[in-house]
Amino acid sequence: MKTNNKKNSLLTIFILIGVFVLVFVLEQILPANAMLFTVLQKGVIYALVAVSMNLLNGFTGLFSLGQAGFMLIGAYCYGIFTIPVLERASVYQYFDGGIIKFALPVPIALILAGLAAAVFAALIGIPVLRLKSDYLAIATLGFAEIIRAIFQWDKLGPVTNGSNLLRKFPSFNDFNITDANGAVIIRMSTLVPFIIVGICVLIIVLLINSSYGRAFKAIRDDEVAAEAMGINLFKHKEMSFVISSFFAGVGGALLAMYQMTIQASAFKSNMTYEILLVVVIGGIGSVTGSCIGSFLFIACSEWWLRGLDSGTFLGINAPVIFRSGFRKVVFAVIIMAIVLFYRKGLMGENEFSAYGIRNFFLRIFNKKKGEAKK
Amino acid sequence: MSEETKSTNNCVLKLEDLTMQFGGVIAVNDLNLEVNQGEIVALIGPNGAGKTTAFNCITGVYEPTNGKVTYLGNTIVENHPQGKMKKLYTGENDGKYSNVVSQTPDKITKIGIARTFQNIRLFKSMTVFENVLIAKHLHMKQNVFSATFRINRAEEKRARMETESLLEEQGLLHLRDELAAGLPYGLQRRLEIARALATSPKLLLLDEPAAGMNPQETQELSDFIKQIRDKYNLTILMIEHHMDLVMYISERIYVLDFGKLIATGTPAEIQNNQRVIEAYLGVAEDA
Repeated sequence: MKTNNKKNSLLTIFILIGVFVLVFVLEQILPANAMLFTVLQKGVIYALVAVSMNLLNGFTGLFSLGQAGFMLIGAYCYGIFTIPVLERASVYQYFDGGIIKFALPVPIALILAGLAAAVFAALIGIPVLRLKSDYLAIATLGFAEIIRAIFQWDKLGPVTNGSNLLRKFPSFNDFNITDANGAVIIRMSTLVPFIIVGICVLIIVLLINSSYGRAFKAIRDDEVAAEAMGINLFKHKEMSFVISSFFAGVGGALLAMYQMTIQASAFKSNMTYEILLVVVIGGIGSVTGSCIGSFLFIACSEWWLRGLDSGTFLGINAPVIFRSGFRKVVFAVIIMAIVLFYRKGLMGENEFSAYGIRNFFLRIFNKKKGEAKK
Repeated sequence: MSEETKSTNNCVLKLEDLTMQFGGVIAVNDLNLEVNQGEIVALIGPNGAGKTTAFNCITGVYEPTNGKVTYLGNTIVENHPQGKMKKLYTGENDGKYSNVVSQTPDKITKIGIARTFQNIRLFKSMTVFENVLIAKHLHMKQNVFSATFRINRAEEKRARMETESLLEEQGLLHLRDELAAGLPYGLQRRLEIARALATSPKLLLLDEPAAGMNPQETQELSDFIKQIRDKYNLTILMIEHHMDLVMYISERIYVLDFGKLIATGTPAEIQNNQRVIEAYLGVAEDA
């Protein structure tokens, strides 16, 4: 039993490393502007935020809708601290170049982005986490909206650039290794976000499987019993909330890198709902589900279903039906179908593992064999 | 620090004038109760007498309206009518207490009072092993970083070993990977007690441990309770309706009716107490 487990997790690790290698290889072979990379980059960012939301909603049982707010804090924190000093005058053109006259390296800014979101979460967690279910959702949603308004406030312009764009900070393309003339030698613009998110998700998974993760799950299952087992409800809820927000902040910073510009008005509650959708479709309480869900979601909305809006889909040219907005109709139908046929999301509460995949294929294979015999 | 003399006798739990009033209803009225080291004491009474409310006051789920709870000589809960209750309060001993001591249930568990619930509250999505392992969380020396990055490996290992040996002692080890929700009812009760034991308590509060059990299971349970009392050096206070069980294992019995203590004594005394019989069977109209 135990050796089996070990074998299983080793195999799983190998498969995951394989995915990273595949991403790296694809990046060198395919043209840089291929749609695949857009999907992979945005998908991996959504995966991180979805996993962080799952930590809160799926594993601790706190229904929070503040994710977009924490992403916004992370994105701004990253942007503000990494715009090169020389570019600040042009970015902050209405605010005399802003008040911050230095730039931090990207890794430090990423961690800082997470910490900023975590600090905000710790502060608002104190009053808000005393609320339950829907009330908590409304309070956190309200917080996200307030944050968005504050960051657009003109008086904060020297820091946040008011309602203007933040831009010219390092983006994913700056991860590419170039020669002296600026020509790209090795492309890293998709691999690096994969590695960053991989580390973050690994930390979350380790947390979930630790003693604290068990305490979170206990709170989700039964608060009264958890308390009777000596688990301090507030301390553990706050912990989960802060950690979740930290990774949402990092996710926000990555999103800023992906989009190359930051504007507060982009972090609407819509974004939270998209992530909630990913979490629900992937499976509440499944990290793998959130990851798979976010890639599927991004691939559908950005790539596979685009043709439905522009006239040609799967080689069928029917501009009368396939016109602007039709994509959303189809998308809604797909989501309803998923929710109907997979009540607990695509993965339920299961996690990805080599044995899981083997069993999945074995089941399909056996089914086919059974049919052939008939 | 202690104007109250640390009682020289071996009193583990002491309730003084404990009163719990919800709005205009007094659920527990002026309850005085003592449990000594190593005793099995039963708290009985008809439905709605306020037994579980008393438990909830001891374990910090409710803050009592008035009165004091002492555990091993230390005050763990104390309150007096405040705010809106000042006007509403209709109980006794108003003004006797002036301190406010209140603790969350997890703190009470930490100092050594564990409990089970009337309606079983297991962590349903978890296995038997995990259910017990969670109770080890509070005594582990760790913080969230050391736990996440597995620096606490030794602690985690110790917790797992302890859980395993506890499950073995309780005869539940063969079920370790079963989901808690899938166990038969009697075993769920046993698991809940095992989980409470895993918090290393000195005082165990059992809320209707035999609810829903047949006579044979009840008999087994009463032997089991005695066993764990001796093995883990426990003091036990329990609420129970099965009179066979209560009379068989408890050394002293407290009887509550409508929140008020109506009798206390040994099982033999209680069996012949007229007021207890009236409370349970009702009074004849023309008696």
